[in-house]
Amino acid sequence: MPMMLKVNGQKRSLSLDTRTTLLDALREHLHLTGTKKGCDHGQCGACTVLVNGKRINSCLSLAIMHDGDEITTIEGLGTPDKLHPMQAAFVKHDGYQCGYCTPGQICSAVAVLEEIARGVPSHVQDDLTAAPRATNMEMRERMSGNICRCGAYSNIADAMAEVAGGMG
Amino acid sequence: MKFDTPAQTNPIDKMAVVGRPVDRIDGPLKTTGTATYAYEHREAINPAYGWVIGSAIAKGTLRWLNLNEVKAAPGVIAVVTAQDAGPLGKAGRNTAKLLGGPEVDHYHQAIGVVVAETLEQARAAAALARVEYVRAGGQFDLVQALATASVVDDSGKPSAPEIVGTFDTAFAAAPVKLDAEYTTPDHSHAMMEPFASIAVWNNDELTVWTSNQMIDWGRGDLAKTLNMPKEKIRFLSPYIGGGFGGKLWLRVDAVLAALGAKAAGRAVKVTLPRPFMTNNSTHRPATRQRIRIGASLDGTITAIGHESGSGDLPGGGPETATAQTRLLYAGANRLTALRLAVLDLPEGNAMRAPGEAPGMMALEIAMDEMAEKLGMDPVAFRIKNDTQVDPAKPERRFSQRQLVRCLTEGAERFGWSRRNPKPGQARDGRWLTGMGVAAAFRNHLNGTSAARVHLDASGMVTVETDMTDIGTGSYTIIAQTAAETMGVPVEAVSVKLGSSDFPVSVGSGGQWGAASSTAGVYAACVKLREAIAQKLGFDPASALFEGGFVRSGNRSARLGEAAAQGRLTGEDKIEYGELGKTWQLSTFGAHFVEVGVDAYTGVTRIRRMLAVCAAGRIINPKSARSQVIGAMTMGVGSALMEELVVDKRFGFFVNHDLASYEVPVHADIPHQEVIFLDEADDKANPMKAKGVGELGLCGVGAAVANAIYNATGVRIRDYPLTPDKYLDKLPPLV
Amino acid sequence: MKAFTYERAKDPVAAARAVAGRPGAKFIAGGTNLLDLMKIEVEVPTHLVDVQDLPFDKIEQTPEGGLRIGALVTNTDLATDERVRRDYAVLSRSIVAGASGQLRNKASTAGNLLQRTRCPYFYDTNMACNKRKPGSGCAAIGGFSRQLGVIGVSKSCIATFPGDMAVALRLLDAVVETIDAKGKTRAIPIAEFHMLWGDHPEREFALAPGELITAVTLPQPLGGKHYYEKVRDRASYAFALVSVAAVIQPDRTGRVAFGGVAPKPWRVEAAEALLPQGAVAVTAKAFAGATPTKDNAFKLPLATRALASVIAQAKA
Repeated sequence: MPMMLKVNGQKRSLSLDTRTTLLDALREHLHLTGTKKGCDHGQCGACTVLVNGKRINSCLSLAIMHDGDEITTIEGLGTPDKLHPMQAAFVKHDGYQCGYCTPGQICSAVAVLEEIARGVPSHVQDDLTAAPRATNMEMRERMSGNICRCGAYSNIADAMAEVAGGMG
Repeated sequence: MKFDTPAQTNPIDKMAVVGRPVDRIDGPLKTTGTATYAYEHREAINPAYGWVIGSAIAKGTLRWLNLNEVKAAPGVIAVVTAQDAGPLGKAGRNTAKLLGGPEVDHYHQAIGVVVAETLEQARAAAALARVEYVRAGGQFDLVQALATASVVDDSGKPSAPEIVGTFDTAFAAAPVKLDAEYTTPDHSHAMMEPFASIAVWNNDELTVWTSNQMIDWGRGDLAKTLNMPKEKIRFLSPYIGGGFGGKLWLRVDAVLAALGAKAAGRAVKVTLPRPFMTNNSTHRPATRQRIRIGASLDGTITAIGHESGSGDLPGGGPETATAQTRLLYAGANRLTALRLAVLDLPEGNAMRAPGEAPGMMALEIAMDEMAEKLGMDPVAFRIKNDTQVDPAKPERRFSQRQLVRCLTEGAERFGWSRRNPKPGQARDGRWLTGMGVAAAFRNHLNGTSAARVHLDASGMVTVETDMTDIGTGSYTIIAQTAAETMGVPVEAVSVKLGSSDFPVSVGSGGQWGAASSTAGVYAACVKLREAIAQKLGFDPASALFEGGFVRSGNRSARLGEAAAQGRLTGEDKIEYGELGKTWQLSTFGAHFVEVGVDAYTGVTRIRRMLAVCAAGRIINPKSARSQVIGAMTMGVGSALMEELVVDKRFGFFVNHDLASYEVPVHADIPHQEVIFLDEADDKANPMKAKGVGELGLCGVGAAVANAIYNATGVRIRDYPLTPDKYLDKLPPLV
Repeated sequence: MKAFTYERAKDPVAAARAVAGRPGAKFIAGGTNLLDLMKIEVEVPTHLVDVQDLPFDKIEQTPEGGLRIGALVTNTDLATDERVRRDYAVLSRSIVAGASGQLRNKASTAGNLLQRTRCPYFYDTNMACNKRKPGSGCAAIGGFSRQLGVIGVSKSCIATFPGDMAVALRLLDAVVETIDAKGKTRAIPIAEFHMLWGDHPEREFALAPGELITAVTLPQPLGGKHYYEKVRDRASYAFALVSVAAVIQPDRTGRVAFGGVAPKPWRVEAAEALLPQGAVAVTAKAFAGATPTKDNAFKLPLATRALASVIAQAKA
């Protein structure tokens, strides 16, 4: 089916099988392979992208359902020569090892700070009616949909804390 | 370069670059999604998509396989099964054959591959295969199978228990004794990147982009499987999304991509769907372990016995869970034995720290129990039984062994003195809190490793080796090694890895990668230094390489000048003599953990973690620390949640995806601390470095288990320590 | 995944008609559970009706003083809504205890109610499963059942309803509103929405073919202290072993419902009347007649202990 995605600011026209997921549209058709397929079942978070500003698992969404949507992938956040602050913080704090979950972690990390600022509640908030803060525990809970088998969690939390602190 | 005498002072000792916490040089690629993993290479034009068909039974034969609907499905280009694949070999490193049929050896064993124009078409078509099986009885119950299993050596050959002194009488005579059984379940590597390969044929030449820790093994084993010359295969893995031992071997994705590509006459991509990976590939085998420790009243171990049983497919090997017990503690009388049962579950094989990981999970609980029986502090009990020699061969000393310092410095740093030795006493609101300690131990292994280093006229140094980076930091530490040896900044080094076009390295596994691959690069750099000195007419022995210049006497030249008329190349390999036999090369550490156990629900949450490691020279403290915290995280998984559940009726791992096989998430892991003791092991290699990536895992699980005991007073010897195992022993509800 | 055709519905009745009139047709909203199951051919729709454009994305005050939650309100938006956080905290807490931030951003209110079980044998199409293939048997019985049901299960199926949000909705006496292909609307009390399937585990939801959920309404706020205690093996991003939703009033009366134990959110009103007597009394009554397996018998004491922790927190 014909469709259009706005990916990282660019309009991309595609004609896809109805079965094609947003993830496979990005990876196999647009060759934006920064978004990773770890499980293809919403169990790992490696495929996290931002759709209209919100993070989702691109593996559990049909591309056709995103006709006209704005998609931001890891490639849209920054490039090796011009890293996004979160990407730079991941490098500085070694917030990755094999690198496979990393794009999803970074997309999620960017979204988590935005969600905290927007007042989205979390499981570890004592007072649901208070505004959440970017504490270590808050960020860890909110990042829990992004699995890192290399176990870089402690470093990712440090990277996020640096970016969150900088946002002051 | 032959390494057969202890390392003297060498260019690495300058440690201007080596030993520094350099950011990973591949970081900007990995964090921007521009590092290219197996399924993402675009050099293969217009690839078709392969989808693997797997067996629905664990053991038996295919009575018939009807592929008519598959072949007629939209987009299908080819279907390959064992029937039409031609004769296939089986590499010695694979226990079960990779393409099954008509015999089936385990659940989800591949029995075919469907190649279609699109991924969606291939997946849908594969589901149309109609298969009728004849089920055969299989053995899926480890306890039952071990009842008649015999003793084997580490390689699986029939053997006898290894005894030092007279274990039985010494144990019987000991005034304080422990005799306990421990179990560890099957574990899954669960690396984030699924197995994946792209294969393309050019006449009789095959190129495979894949995700494999051991380029030369994989290349050779693929050649053997396909009955073709190894030289005709290019095998490429520049980036690998985790392996943990699961990608040491040639697996089905590479074989079926190659067979599919041949049948389709074009490039084919194959990846394994996550729910298929667990039973299709390898896992860490479950163990049942018995540990006996006898000690005198002052805490001196007089007898130590460790027996472990595990299972594998016919022709497989044991989980060598007793290995560390031969070396970790003193004791005049010793017994170790492995038993190997035949099981018809999927293939058991190496997973991060094979042997020591499950072995230490048991041994280090036993040490905690024994300390309590003796009324000793568990740190002090371990220190009391330190040994500086191989207990079975006292003439063999450890090249370096700072276990005691790891324990004492760790205890100091962690605030161990605040631990209440009486369990079940400390409480923080609803949380029962406790601290646990365990030693960490893992042998260091060396292996031959080669590299090629080029210098160009701009002064740029390029390293080529088939070494892999599975997240271990190889790119970076190799760049640091070359930078140090050639006297240039890291930015002046380009590192190319993971290609069979390059000299054969030691590869990634067994925590052998970092030390030997950098030693091989060092050897090649020494050759390049000689070539440069010769070219410039300098004395190779006295030439100094610093700041991008070469100096000799009062002469000096920019490094690149040597390559003004064409690039210079140095190629060499590191090879090892007998030092590893003369000396025992091992790595040591201590893990400290504080937990909270919910007094109501029994749920455990980790509060603090510290590891102190003594593992030779640390080439890059930043990436090495990440290796250790990652291992600690995996250790938390094995302590609290990880278990592949065997359905003994049907013979498969039931929880075969990432939702049902739980591994730790962010919320499980607090800030982690790692301390590296300052070491340089001159008996190990010219880098004076040893492995650390597996050391970090060994003992973590037991430290968690011991902390749970300290918190609750409940001793659990069966991993993972989930609340259902001790709920009835928690404080009663008021 | 089998091939399917796709349409994007523009109005509710047309959507309902598109599904009702076509065997094999299904609605899709967030898709987080449906696509998961389509990839392994547990779900094999031949036609998908995408309802994302329907006007069901608002949370509105009802004349009765409650809230009407549009069927397409995402889990995140529902948990974040100020009124929900203030007056129905148990609902907000149940939502953020489930899944992950990414999934909650996509998953809809209606879809969350319609989650299928997470029984591993349901997910493995090589295994017998009466829910997936009626009459084929149940491989879970006699198999790995640690996560599965202890009460309300049958000889045909011992699966659980896996969700968290629905447990809170059951506690709050929510009502599910639907519309059918003829434009007829219906209000289904949440207690009746998830069915005890008995010998028909394929019958999970009290919906007719093509009947479309439009909203979930909440009655007036209950006041009291709100809790959602979820016990799981890891700290986040996991299904419940046992969960407890509770609203406790100052006089120690209140409501309690359990998740992870049964084919539906498990609430026994006669049992919650015993709340002032403590957790043991409540769970003894709520779980009377339970038929756990050896693997999951621990869920019964765990439910008691989880409730006890809630009662203790309420006292504090």
